[in-house]
Amino acid sequence: MELLSIAVKAIFIENILLAYFLGMCSFLACSKKVDTAIGLGFAVIFVLTITLPVNWAIHHFLLAPGALSWVPGIELGGLDLSFLNFICFIATIASMVQLVEMILDKFFPKLYHSLGIFLPLITVNCAILGGSLFMVEREYGFIQSTVFGFSSGVGWLLAIASMAAIRKKLRYSHIPDGLKGLGITMIVTGLMAMAFMCFSGIDL
Amino acid sequence: MASAAKKLLMDPFFDNNPVTVQVLGICSALAVTVKVDTAIVMTLALTAVVALSNFVISLLRNVIPSGIRMIVEMAVIATLVIIADQLLQAFLFDISKQLSVFVGLIITNCIVMGRAEAFALQNPPKDSFLDGLGSGLGYGIVLITVASIREILGFGKWFGITLPFGENFTGNGLALLAPGAFIILGLLIWLQRTITKKVEE
Repeated sequence: MELLSIAVKAIFIENILLAYFLGMCSFLACSKKVDTAIGLGFAVIFVLTITLPVNWAIHHFLLAPGALSWVPGIELGGLDLSFLNFICFIATIASMVQLVEMILDKFFPKLYHSLGIFLPLITVNCAILGGSLFMVEREYGFIQSTVFGFSSGVGWLLAIASMAAIRKKLRYSHIPDGLKGLGITMIVTGLMAMAFMCFSGIDL
Repeated sequence: MASAAKKLLMDPFFDNNPVTVQVLGICSALAVTVKVDTAIVMTLALTAVVALSNFVISLLRNVIPSGIRMIVEMAVIATLVIIADQLLQAFLFDISKQLSVFVGLIITNCIVMGRAEAFALQNPPKDSFLDGLGSGLGYGIVLITVASIREILGFGKWFGITLPFGENFTGNGLALLAPGAFIILGLLIWLQRTITKKVEE
């Protein structure tokens, strides 16, 4: 039940894009076509679901205050390496993306070709690093982190796919010159965020 | 100041603004703009990181093998962000708590990476430093404008000072929430593009 609550919260109530503005750059750049948007969305789900548990383990067993007390022989329990979180997380994300790319290329060439171009972009997508940092801030456990990662990704996919669909329709509407492109996209995102706020009463 | 250096520094303020024209670094531009003071602290942190990372990467530009340049850039940027985060936690703990994860997210801020890739790898350290400074401050101008609008509409205050709107003023809660940020930035972009007459197809 608690996991369901985390999932609903991450997908609808506190959508990582519409409430926390994470992943805006790729959201704006890749929401012109529905196919591209959905491809990127699945790649984000994939990478978030993998990196969050890995980063959880790194934080929990290596970097958190007192985390190193499991090392036998040497007294390391008093060590607090949490200031290394940022650099370790980004390194994990970069290497996980690389690893995922290699595995997909070897075993699922079809999926690789449809996601291929988006995977490297994901390293610098703030939604991924943001997910890891939120996990530390909110003190999630291992399973909670995995669920949080997966559902944040689903929320992001939902947002970018609906945005791409709206932008397709926008092409046939009369928009004032200065508002074309970026301006109207921001305003439509604002309206979408407003619509998603209707979920905020849901409590599980 | 020489005109070339001035151009490097001033261009990102309006004509080539990183947020509204180049569409970089939007995430944090929206998230930390509920109040002016958080926006200013974020601007200072980002400006310091982007100027110094440009400087360091430009110093290293001839020794970085091109195959691993992204990783080297990431390492430089992440180190600077950790320093900035530790300094904020030491001296401005309250604001650092309000900024929460967004200080860490400077690492993935496209402005920092973008300037390193596009400028610092080809240019000498002094120019790169100025370019970084300009980009950081250009980002700051947008941040502080959005934050001012949101704080005035939402709280009736500016920089924590209550403005003389009278007793009947009630804050507009929407300006403080996520949708308000998106819409205000959209309108600012509209304003700027109307002035510069730039039309996106």
